[in-house]
Amino acid sequence: MALPIAALAWRSTQRGGASFWDVISSPEAVAALKLTLMMAAVAALTNAVFGTITAWVLVRDAFRGKSILNAVIDLPFALPTIVAGLVLLALYGIKTPLKVDAGVVHFKADITFTRWAIFMALLFVTLPFVIRTVQPVLHELDREMEEAAASLGAGSFTTFRRIVLPNILPGILSGLTMAFARACGEVGSVVLITGNLPYKTEVASVFVLQRSASDPVGAAAVSVVLLTISFAVLLVIGGLRRFATRRERA
Amino acid sequence: MRRYLPRSVVFLYLLVILLGPLVMMIYRTFEDVGGAWGAITEHDTLLALKLTLVVAAIAVPLNTVFGIVFGLLVVRGNVRGKGLLNAFVDLPLALSPVVVGLSIVMLYGTDGWFHWLPDNGVQILFSWPAIVIATIFVSLPFVAREVVPTLREIGDEQEQAAHTLGASGWQTFWRITLPSIRWAVIYGVVLTTARCLGEFGAVAIVSGNIDGKTQTATLRVEDAYQFAYGNYAPAYGISLVLAVMAIVVLLTMTFVKPREETA
Repeated sequence: MALPIAALAWRSTQRGGASFWDVISSPEAVAALKLTLMMAAVAALTNAVFGTITAWVLVRDAFRGKSILNAVIDLPFALPTIVAGLVLLALYGIKTPLKVDAGVVHFKADITFTRWAIFMALLFVTLPFVIRTVQPVLHELDREMEEAAASLGAGSFTTFRRIVLPNILPGILSGLTMAFARACGEVGSVVLITGNLPYKTEVASVFVLQRSASDPVGAAAVSVVLLTISFAVLLVIGGLRRFATRRERA
Repeated sequence: MRRYLPRSVVFLYLLVILLGPLVMMIYRTFEDVGGAWGAITEHDTLLALKLTLVVAAIAVPLNTVFGIVFGLLVVRGNVRGKGLLNAFVDLPLALSPVVVGLSIVMLYGTDGWFHWLPDNGVQILFSWPAIVIATIFVSLPFVAREVVPTLREIGDEQEQAAHTLGASGWQTFWRITLPSIRWAVIYGVVLTTARCLGEFGAVAIVSGNIDGKTQTATLRVEDAYQFAYGNYAPAYGISLVLAVMAIVVLLTMTFVKPREETA
């Protein structure tokens, strides 16, 4: 595992540092990297919000079929990413059944070849991360604190913001970072639905995939940037974990 | 009203992102069952499915042994840099699979570090060994990540007791350690299997994607879509086979998880 990564890093600098920067600062690579970071951030944040609500519902709400819902959440982890892409194409592709064509209203939920496609694909594959990090924390959380806050006259929103949120925040953040990392490196689910148009819908991983044979040095340079992002994410998660255990001990 | 709001939001979100598209894919597959079934039973598709299963059959046991040994080393062993080792094993989770694929090309390609292998007729790249290496790389952390916390939690008192009573290291492992971490191992194996069956990015770079030879099931799906010319039933059909495998994995997961928690 260490050897291939070393070979990759070495190879990317093989034609000298100047060439590495040439590739990295080429407009197409910059566009792809920028788009990747932006879409990954937006998707991870969206899933942080919905993931927190979902975790809350799974722990605190009671209704029939909750265990089925709980199992369904893991589906994006189990489903091959290329299948995830096709699944989205079935509903949001060219042949989408979601269309309105009445008089002045023309609407068709065809998102292929747009940035919406990247957004939806990333939402799909990163769906479980925040839910699975927040759920156990919420489960362990002592309800007495919330009851105390409520009896002291705090509204449910205030209780959530002042009592629950600070406790689950490390969980939300580590899920968010993991989702971000996953979204930055995603290939399978985006490769079919986005059309990979340079400057518009081509993300960094697809850039690497398409150039792996024709332009290995260029692909290696962008890969090193992705590798650096991964290391940074692992450092952040390690830091969050230490922060959480220190708080527990305190 | 207030009670139903959060769960309605969750249902709607899952419907838009996950369930709606999934149901639609199943519907589209059965709209043209003949086309879908034809694609599934095509010779090259069957070979692709077989290749995927064979690769998983090699990668999963290797990663299981690795995960257990790694867990024992990090939790029980006395090695320096445990924290670093622990972080390093998580890397494939945060890393793009295409980066994994490309780094394997850099190592085993004709101008890679190990170019003497292909030079002497040992074909790694664009052949099954590269697919196996890539799959092992991306699915490396799953067993290790389940085993490490469980080993920490159970402590080593029982192992020490066995040792005092004269059990050898090997006996202690088989009789005490392995039974107490078995659910963690099984859960890890399930996750590893799912990842092996579904790997796309890394395999797409290293395999060469030759029909009937180095084409895995996920690559077959991509091909079926790229050359669909408006007829998506074949791609949906093969996808559905993979999706069914995923659902079997998922069911095993939900079956195993509660046991582990109550044990």
